Amino acid sequence: MNKFESELKTGNFVTSECNHCNRVVWPPSDYCDNCFQKVSWRKISKNGTIIELSKKENDVFCISEFENKIRIMGKLDAQIDMAKPGQRVKLSKCLFNGKNRFFFSLENN
Amino acid sequence: MKKIAVVGYGNTKFTKDKLPIESLLLESTKQVFDTTKNLSQDLIDGVIVSTNDNSKYLGAILSELSGIKPKISHTVEHLCSSGSSAVISGFSYIASGLVDTVLVTGADNIGNSGQILEWDKSRGEYDRPIYWASMFTKAHKRQFNTTDEELAIVSAKNHKHAMDNPHAYTHKPYTISEIMNSKNITDDLRILDCSYSCSGGSSILLSSEKTAKKFTDQPIWISGIGQKTNSASFTKNKLTTLSSSVMAANDAYKMAKITPQEIDVAEIHDAFSVCELMAVEDLNFTEKNTGAQYVRNLFNTEDRKINPRGGLIGAGHPLGATGIAQIVEITQQLQNKAEKRQISNANHGLIHNMSAAATSSSVLVLKS
Repeated sequence: MNKFESELKTGNFVTSECNHCNRVVWPPSDYCDNCFQKVSWRKISKNGTIIELSKKENDVFCISEFENKIRIMGKLDAQIDMAKPGQRVKLSKCLFNGKNRFFFSLENN
Repeated sequence: MKKIAVVGYGNTKFTKDKLPIESLLLESTKQVFDTTKNLSQDLIDGVIVSTNDNSKYLGAILSELSGIKPKISHTVEHLCSSGSSAVISGFSYIASGLVDTVLVTGADNIGNSGQILEWDKSRGEYDRPIYWASMFTKAHKRQFNTTDEELAIVSAKNHKHAMDNPHAYTHKPYTISEIMNSKNITDDLRILDCSYSCSGGSSILLSSEKTAKKFTDQPIWISGIGQKTNSASFTKNKLTTLSSSVMAANDAYKMAKITPQEIDVAEIHDAFSVCELMAVEDLNFTEKNTGAQYVRNLFNTEDRKINPRGGLIGAGHPLGATGIAQIVEITQQLQNKAEKRQISNANHGLIHNMSAAATSSSVLVLKS
């Protein structure tokens, strides 16, 4: 299990970051994809934006973007007609149980 | 660069039956030997297998089962575009002068593991292809006002074309209404908008100009190749453009020294209905935001220019075989041997094969 997954297992959403290039390295990796220096790790802001969404049965799922770069797919706790791209969301929960799982809620709800 | 041609081919029937991967590879290879003149094992000096199967050493296994002792043999895996990637490898070996004749055989089984890219953690629990396809479809609807009917026309057309493809997984036609009313997989995807994982194998024989005429009177030349990988992670993608396909197509057209308007027939990667609407635009067959009208016109005029064998939706999608089956179809079209599927006066053909929500794409141009 890598650092990203072990942190996710404890409920932390983290990214790798290159202190040399001063940039986020995403998807998570051991080395910067620009300069190949060893990365450091930090928590990601939990405030994001919906990029696109759809629904399977009662399960609304979406791509959300964090820090203008990091995009992940997760479950949105909202009615489909109450949400749209560009809307602000909060990462309400994340976990790892064999698969990464992300849960979002609409901001101001 | 050396001229390199497709000089032989073979296909198994695409089915729901799960078979040993070696059997699929061998059955398809046997068709090449059965239908290619003057072909004997000692004339093949490269054997490349394309598959997502987890079995090991399949290049050597297929060689042994076929009685071939090649200079080069190995397996290529690149998810859904494994087949075209293997063909590009074979092309390159011949172009380099290492070998003269390469057999490329691809196969996969129904439900194979190539449908899920476990590495892509950004997909979270939504790791099956229906989820990226739903994102593509919803974004396309939102940006271009694409309707469920326009999506259904892609599937109706390709299922209709597959009726005349003896190797297709299904020979059942569907009306637009039946497709629109088929089971909802998600809010934006009907089951009949999806291609089906199935079992099958396809093969081609590639040869240098020096030896091509030995095997066929109608060699079909690979005149253009473009391949582009943007990422492995789906979520980095633009959602309404297959950007890797745009770049691969531009390179292929440039190498072939032709314009998109000179393409007479194309097999394109309709993993889901929306992919065909995006691809006809991104391959520059029609302008952006006119893909749905373009496909509707093909359907209404019974023009088989796009996906004459039924594409992935109509013919089925045995991942490692798909790119090769597309080349077999275009080869038959350019040889005027496509029977009921034949496009008249086809001189230039194209295949478009992509992987993991178009994070990478291959485009090949063929000419008679």
